[in-house]
Amino acid sequence: MIKINLPVSEADVRKLKMGDEVSLNGIMLTGRDSAHTWLLNDKPTEVRDLLKGSVIYHCGPVVKKVNDEWHFVAAGPTTSIREEPYQGSVIKEYGIRGVMGKGGMGEKTLKALGENGSVYLHAVGGAATLQGQAVKKVHGVIKLEEFGVPEALWIIEVEDFQAVVTMDSHGNSLHKEIKEASDKIANELIGI
Amino acid sequence: MSFKLDVDRFRDAVAELIRKASTQLPVDVMKGMETARDNEEKGSPAKSVLDYMIKNADAAKENSTPICQDTGTNIYFITIPEGVSLRKIESAIAEATRKATEKAYLRPNAVDSVTGKNSGDNTGVMAPYYHYEEWDEPTIKVELMLKGGGCENVSDQYKLPDGRLKADRNLDGVYKCIIDSINKAQGLGCAPGVAGIGIGGDRASGMVIAKKQLFRKLDDTNSDAELSKLENRLHTDLNKLGIGPMGFGGLATVLGVKVGAAHRLPASFFVSLAYSCWADRRCTMNYTESEVSYD
Repeated sequence: MIKINLPVSEADVRKLKMGDEVSLNGIMLTGRDSAHTWLLNDKPTEVRDLLKGSVIYHCGPVVKKVNDEWHFVAAGPTTSIREEPYQGSVIKEYGIRGVMGKGGMGEKTLKALGENGSVYLHAVGGAATLQGQAVKKVHGVIKLEEFGVPEALWIIEVEDFQAVVTMDSHGNSLHKEIKEASDKIANELIGI
Repeated sequence: MSFKLDVDRFRDAVAELIRKASTQLPVDVMKGMETARDNEEKGSPAKSVLDYMIKNADAAKENSTPICQDTGTNIYFITIPEGVSLRKIESAIAEATRKATEKAYLRPNAVDSVTGKNSGDNTGVMAPYYHYEEWDEPTIKVELMLKGGGCENVSDQYKLPDGRLKADRNLDGVYKCIIDSINKAQGLGCAPGVAGIGIGGDRASGMVIAKKQLFRKLDDTNSDAELSKLENRLHTDLNKLGIGPMGFGGLATVLGVKVGAAHRLPASFFVSLAYSCWADRRCTMNYTESEVSYD
């Protein structure tokens, strides 16, 4: 398990290889569908410092407000591939060092990871209670009213948030490898 | 004798049904996950991912928090005795849904498709949504499924024949569609999943049949011998694909395959796949005038 403190440098991220297990610590931002189009179209300034050198987490959490303070109750990853049209540009524009979600991403993002020195981190889907427990503090939330709870950008502090590097900055993608192998088997079973 | 529905009591019973569905993985699914974990190679990513999932399900049950943050589309299959008011049932369920959202058993998940505005309480047009049947028992049976978006997005529908797959209008054609579809899905639907399959019907009813299959226990046996054979064949062969838990590679790509069929038009032959993620959250409530039980 490789411990990563956020924000992280490009040099440290370039050391990461496909298959590495990492433990994230520090402040990151959640952002999914509405967030990505907003980040690209409106180029908001208030998120720049938060995203630089940090991780954008594809997650729409279950939250609870206790004594005026937000808490993450459940916070697993959502499917990342929906952000494929936008992710590469978002990485470049904001200097993001890690994209975390589930299911992996495509060629465009893989290329952007290499060009910008960033990685794709895979968190286990549906393991939201444990992942919610790794979120120690909610520092704030952006666009809550407009985007709603799942799609707002939550500023969170995590401790020992575990994920696996499934796409690295050297052109390797576990998702591509598994798909190529399973395509062959599927075609054999189908007889095409 | 007509069934007397105490709306407040029914609402509270449904609120508990929602809590259980969101926070407790069904016993048969848990057993399937444990078997899958034990089968994976020692030290493999597949084994550790399954182990993490199982730990999470245990923690969710213990803390009474959602297994997955995507608490999904809330789909109800309701069986009622003669004369029970559907409007009363629906308003009680809507109220229970708002309450469960407030208590963070459900994430606010109902978004207005035109304005993009989240209703904030999981109610809205066709949210939640209901299917009804009637029976002679003095019991209201409420089956609830929390169907996550990731696995709904990889759910699929084919029409036979399919030239690309060389799939004809028969059960072998159905087999080919499902192999193709689960392979396309890779880990995106949070494998190892459960494949609910509907053969026939129209585009809507075929998918309802498929979704209904997801209420069957993983270890049950299809009463139709042909469909049972198809289920076993698909279960074995899908697990040869090597996709594995979350698409990390491994032996467990599906936990189960369940197939149902409906009559179709001579012109149509649909194959519908309702894919459920491993966090296959479903719970059944049997509600009588004096008792409530959950399974």
